[in-house]
Amino acid sequence: MLADMRASTTGRRGAGFAALVTLLTAAALFLSSPAALAQDGDQVATPPDSLPPLTAPTIIEAFDTPNDRGNSININWEPSPTLEADKLEYYRVERAPSPDGDFVLAGRSGPLQTSYRDSEAPNLEPVYYRVVAVGQDGREGVSESYGPVEAYTHWFNTDRINVMIAVIFFVIAIVYFVNAAKTGKDLFIRRLAGLDEMDNAVGRATEMGKPILYISGLSTISDVATIAAINILGEVAQKTAEYNTKLIVPCADPIVMAVEQEVVREAYAKAGRPDAYNEDDVFYLTRSQFAYVAGVNGIMVRQRPATILYMGMFFAESLLLAETGASVGSIQIAGTDAVTQLPFFITSCDYTLIGEELYAASAYLSREPVLLGGLKGQDAVKFVAGVFLIIGVISATLVAAGVIDADFAASWFVTG
Amino acid sequence: MRRQLPLALCFIAGTFMAVQYFIPHPVVQDSYERLLSWLQTLLAFAFLLGTVSLIRMHYHKIKNRAEDRGFSWVTLIGLAAMIGLGFFHPEHNAPGGWFDLVFQNVQVPVEATMFSLLAFYIASAAFRAFRARTLEATLLLVAACIVMLGRVPLGDLIYEGIPSATQWILNVPNVAAKRGIMIGVGLGMMATALKIVLGIERAWMGGRD
Repeated sequence: MLADMRASTTGRRGAGFAALVTLLTAAALFLSSPAALAQDGDQVATPPDSLPPLTAPTIIEAFDTPNDRGNSININWEPSPTLEADKLEYYRVERAPSPDGDFVLAGRSGPLQTSYRDSEAPNLEPVYYRVVAVGQDGREGVSESYGPVEAYTHWFNTDRINVMIAVIFFVIAIVYFVNAAKTGKDLFIRRLAGLDEMDNAVGRATEMGKPILYISGLSTISDVATIAAINILGEVAQKTAEYNTKLIVPCADPIVMAVEQEVVREAYAKAGRPDAYNEDDVFYLTRSQFAYVAGVNGIMVRQRPATILYMGMFFAESLLLAETGASVGSIQIAGTDAVTQLPFFITSCDYTLIGEELYAASAYLSREPVLLGGLKGQDAVKFVAGVFLIIGVISATLVAAGVIDADFAASWFVTG
Repeated sequence: MRRQLPLALCFIAGTFMAVQYFIPHPVVQDSYERLLSWLQTLLAFAFLLGTVSLIRMHYHKIKNRAEDRGFSWVTLIGLAAMIGLGFFHPEHNAPGGWFDLVFQNVQVPVEATMFSLLAFYIASAAFRAFRARTLEATLLLVAACIVMLGRVPLGDLIYEGIPSATQWILNVPNVAAKRGIMIGVGLGMMATALKIVLGIERAWMGGRD
């Protein structure tokens, strides 16, 4: 009885297993049929040739990229209105030397994009393009070929005409005021307290018998602020040579160091004290930002300079240097165009040259008419730039208020 | 000649650098990129120059028995040790090697310590700046207090308008002042560059004769 029952159970299990296999096979066959695919669009398995091709996009235009160095053509197209973007995988842009030639892949763009820049087009050779819409199911829709178009190299960037006009005006203004200064015209320059104090600061160091520390920032020679700092160093070095005061210049960049050594040597020679110049006073410290701070702070604490000058580009080290300088009782004059560091210098230093005053310092200290002329030219350009900015602001405000339709001044401030 | 040659080179190079901005043609742009790549070569030689300067200065300090020559010994020994580790045992440059070990365990923590000091310096500078002795200093103090309170949840708890006042201070008067400075800086940079290219400003050569 028991044996019969076991046999019966085994038989039922076998029949159940067979039924399960049959069911799974049937389900697999059903799911792989076209009917099932039609019901579930996300499952892709149909061979592409079993369905009609995708509706093709239409190329609107293909043109040489303006103001570039060549080898570049832009292709814009319009997707078929019956084509849904979410069914698209990507667009394939193809290029050929003739409309019915062998098209090769130029590049791909996303399903929502309708433009592509071919950056490998041959220069001065007519080419044709077509755009192929590729669906998620592998189907393709091929556009008509478009062309011929040619890529060119350009000799002038017309998007920068406004900059060129401004530069030409700038050059004319500088040259005009320099020439005016040469003829002896009196040019008024407003007082800069920090620079007026320079003489006193050097005199104080002389009286105290302590050195002057000159720090020209952590930037490289390619930074205009560093060049401005080097220009000021020349003037300061001449004064220290005349007063016979020691000048210490620790440098964070070896090229800057080489230039500063030359500038200081020349300044001492010009002051008639070439023998007073010591090459070891203008030295390289390190490129590392905080190692430089440690080195300079060490000099401040050990040598207690009477005057410290910070001129040039500074970063996070500005406050570390200026606070240490303040703590050793030095007179401190700073000048930087680093907007974010200005508050630190204003707080910790006795005088601070703000932004453009750094660039004016060399002319101001030397009082050379030619350099002062350049300064006046700069002011004239700034005035014109201010006028343009006001016109731009009014124009943008009127557009925002709906008084006028287009911001006619906006294009003046845009460059390519 | 000693003056004319650098001035001529400066004029040619400066003019080329300005003109290339307007010319996208490959002839000009490739030359521009080649010129920039020369800077790398210059920099390599300049570092040699810098190292020689450093060694020379500290050697003279030790030789002249300067008061603080102990620091010079530390500098020269440190320099020699790192150069030795880097040059003569290149395998030590790999992570975990001697060079890397010294760099990660000496240089990095020391620099981090220097940077950390900034917090204390900011506190001492703020204390000096916020003494309300003048109208400007008082305005600065009030603005700073609003900005600081607006940056922490406590400000919102005290008065819900503080965070928006903070944003206004940062976005309107602060940005206006910054832009004003930046426009002046931009023009100052251009004027300085132009004066150097045209040979009007010659202080970088050490004189004007």
